[in-house]
Amino acid sequence: MLQLNDVHVYYGGIYAIKGISFAVPKGKIVSLIGANGAGKSTILRSIVGLVQPRSGSITFQGENLQGKRTDRIVKSGITMVPEGRRIFPNLTVKENLRLGAFPRDNDGAMAEDLNWVYELFPRLKEREWQKGGTLSGGEQQMLAVGRALMSRPSLLMMDEPSLGLAPKLVQEIFEIIKQIHKQGVTILLIEQNALAALRICDYGYVLETGSIIMHGTGQELLQHQGVRRAYLGIAE
Amino acid sequence: MNLQMFLQNLANGVSLGTLYALIACGYTMVYGILRLINFAHGEIFMLGAYFIYYNILLFALPWWLAFLIAVGATGLVGVAVDWIAYKPLRDAPRISALISAIGVSFFVQNLGLVVFGGRPKPFPVPAFFSQMVNVGGVRIMSLTFFIPILAIVLFLILSFLIYRTKPGLAMRAISKDIETARLMAVDINKTIAFTFAIGSILAAAGGAMWAMRYPQINPMMGTMPGLKAFIAAVLGGIGSIPGAMLGGLLIGLLEIMFVAFLPALSGYRDALSFIVLILILLVRPSGFLGEKGEEKV
Repeated sequence: MLQLNDVHVYYGGIYAIKGISFAVPKGKIVSLIGANGAGKSTILRSIVGLVQPRSGSITFQGENLQGKRTDRIVKSGITMVPEGRRIFPNLTVKENLRLGAFPRDNDGAMAEDLNWVYELFPRLKEREWQKGGTLSGGEQQMLAVGRALMSRPSLLMMDEPSLGLAPKLVQEIFEIIKQIHKQGVTILLIEQNALAALRICDYGYVLETGSIIMHGTGQELLQHQGVRRAYLGIAE
Repeated sequence: MNLQMFLQNLANGVSLGTLYALIACGYTMVYGILRLINFAHGEIFMLGAYFIYYNILLFALPWWLAFLIAVGATGLVGVAVDWIAYKPLRDAPRISALISAIGVSFFVQNLGLVVFGGRPKPFPVPAFFSQMVNVGGVRIMSLTFFIPILAIVLFLILSFLIYRTKPGLAMRAISKDIETARLMAVDINKTIAFTFAIGSILAAAGGAMWAMRYPQINPMMGTMPGLKAFIAAVLGGIGSIPGAMLGGLLIGLLEIMFVAFLPALSGYRDALSFIVLILILLVRPSGFLGEKGEEKV
């Protein structure tokens, strides 16, 4: 579905991504794990066109994304839940969700999706008319995910969805990710919480200073000595 | 001063103030989205007045049609200014677009001198606006009432656009976080064009009313009202539309009352606005209704 081939990115004068190739097959959950500054966010930003790669190719459903504008890429079916949630604090919960469905004109389908999101996150329904800025961190994360779902993405990319959340909420978010995946959405997940990310994913990639140093199924990586030591904090 | 004179001045001040408010909305909307002071806004205001003038005198259109066409055309000019002067500089440092705005301002003024001529032209005021109305012994021109009514109607339409429509939702989103708005598939350039169109339409409506108040026009007429509307926007809190309305009203009232109560100092009426600007920047730079706090990162 999504294919990156030998992608190099310079970001703010730094050689951030040094020739990365990976694929996200349709219907799977793929995780990218790695430490802070490994280049995880830069990869997502390149995919949605917020950053232009120096070289290499990014294709989505057979179509080259190179040089395409972000709004076009999003319209073609890729949505990103940005790091730090980035809720619009001046808009109500409902307006935030409507904004997620921005490219679509069909009000009927939008109402249906609104119900779907409210079913996934009943808390958002309760807070429908509240300003986004007044929500708690966990609610904001739910809103960010719900907002992304409103565009009916075929590929949902999440940048650190568990960042700054209490352990119980982290669990909840990962449950939600599973549910969304069951409804047929392909997911590309970026996480520092490597354990949770590897448990949930079909396939994982380990990123270190701009390069992929290891990849395998979630299970394989969870068993791997190096990964256990460096990312899961388990010493044998 | 007797009550009648006070009422007359009050009506005058409200009318001038709502005019400033109309122009100030354009400054504040563009600033809210681009963090740019569009110094060419006063010239847009001037063009609005000239378009009406030529619509009436050259094409002999009825005044209401002349107004509508001119206001629409001015909206298009606003969009064109963004396209030519600001859009190529979207990713440049903010100061570049500001310099570009000052350049457009000078360019349009001087183009006006060449095309329209430097001599002031008498503005044809339709009889509908120039009747005198007697209100409790005070004689006031009907235009003085019409300006605030028009302004209120336009503000209501503006609020509807911003708070109830899709482009308005996009505007509010962009003003907070342009990158995330992009991730929501909002077409940034289209939304910015929409903003310039609306701001320019309000300025043109203001230009039309201004031209009837002082029934003559010249290519430099946009400078002073433009600056005062800018001060009004800062006073109300730049970026805030209710702030622009409030600031405009206050500056207009202040100016008229200053002249009314201190006629000996009436030569300083323009200086007064700038004193207000200096004071507000010293005491409360975020204005009355502006957001306090840190620059957006």
